[in-house]
Amino acid sequence: MRLGYPTSIKIIRVPCTGKVDALHIMRSFEKGADGVYLVGCREGDCHFERGNFRAKARVEQIRKILDAVGIGGHRLQMYNLSSSDGPMFARFAEEMHARILEAGPNPIRGAVIKQKKVQTDQNQIAGAAL
Amino acid sequence: MIVADKKPIEEIIDYVKDYQSILVLGCNECVTVCEVGGKKEVGLLASALRMHFLQQGGEVNIGERTLERQCDHEYLEEIRDNIDHYEAVVSIACGVGVQFTAEKYQTKPVYPGVNTLFMGANEARGVWSERCQGCGQCILAISGGICPVSRCAKRILNGPCGGSTAGKCEISKDIPCGWQLIIDRLKALGRMDDYEKINPIKNWSTERAGGPRKVIREDLKL
Repeated sequence: MRLGYPTSIKIIRVPCTGKVDALHIMRSFEKGADGVYLVGCREGDCHFERGNFRAKARVEQIRKILDAVGIGGHRLQMYNLSSSDGPMFARFAEEMHARILEAGPNPIRGAVIKQKKVQTDQNQIAGAAL
Repeated sequence: MIVADKKPIEEIIDYVKDYQSILVLGCNECVTVCEVGGKKEVGLLASALRMHFLQQGGEVNIGERTLERQCDHEYLEEIRDNIDHYEAVVSIACGVGVQFTAEKYQTKPVYPGVNTLFMGANEARGVWSERCQGCGQCILAISGGICPVSRCAKRILNGPCGGSTAGKCEISKDIPCGWQLIIDRLKALGRMDDYEKINPIKNWSTERAGGPRKVIREDLKL
């Protein structure tokens, strides 16, 4: 099919969306991700029976937290598709990409980059001292 | 186990908004089992607080620690060496843990991160319900193992009352009548004769009505 989808998206493969923990999602945003979306099997089609329902519940939980801390729950989304549905996969990617473009960068991105820079500088100073 | 529920994150943020370094302290016991105060929840709350403060432009140090128990001196001692690195503690243990931490570290503000609810059982995944109110004088032997103090809204000892309808309590159609449960259980046990016995007035002084309670076991004291 060789369908294209936005290059801004980094795919992390997991055996099932049920494997995605609430902490994985939170840490992604904490590290500066502008958006996160989970693509699971269609509801009722989970090989592990309820993995995608577990993921859906976690997404709902984290969306509330993201809203509460000012990051915005709309940056997190759960999608479902059939594993052979490439066009749908590309459509979801386009949809999420457009949503994040509209939302703008993660509000803490600047602070995270600054923190990383300070840490790198400190490591370099420590390395030079050794 | 002691059952607790999440506190709104906005409420926790409001408690700690003026501090520059905060320790989020979890507990590996009951609150881990009911998924509000264990290691994972410590991580989630710490992550949420970090994001909030970063967004506010503040550089707040958020530490994470989960103790085996917060209701024992031995485990609380484990944080003695580094608690001074933090200005405040958010404890997501039950109310006992929050208080014991506060008692142990007198000069450190300790804030609750969960709402402690009751002693209950895990009925199903994600469902907990009350089973014991710690009345101090257990009467389960006479009620077929179902507690009229915790399962009956009126805590009556000779029930059911007139509010019991089709096995449900008058306060909610979703709450089973405790005394209906007791009768069903006594029937199943073939002990309906016990139901005919009038239970005497209970001594409520062993319950919370008698003031804060304490157990002293001379055989265990050092």
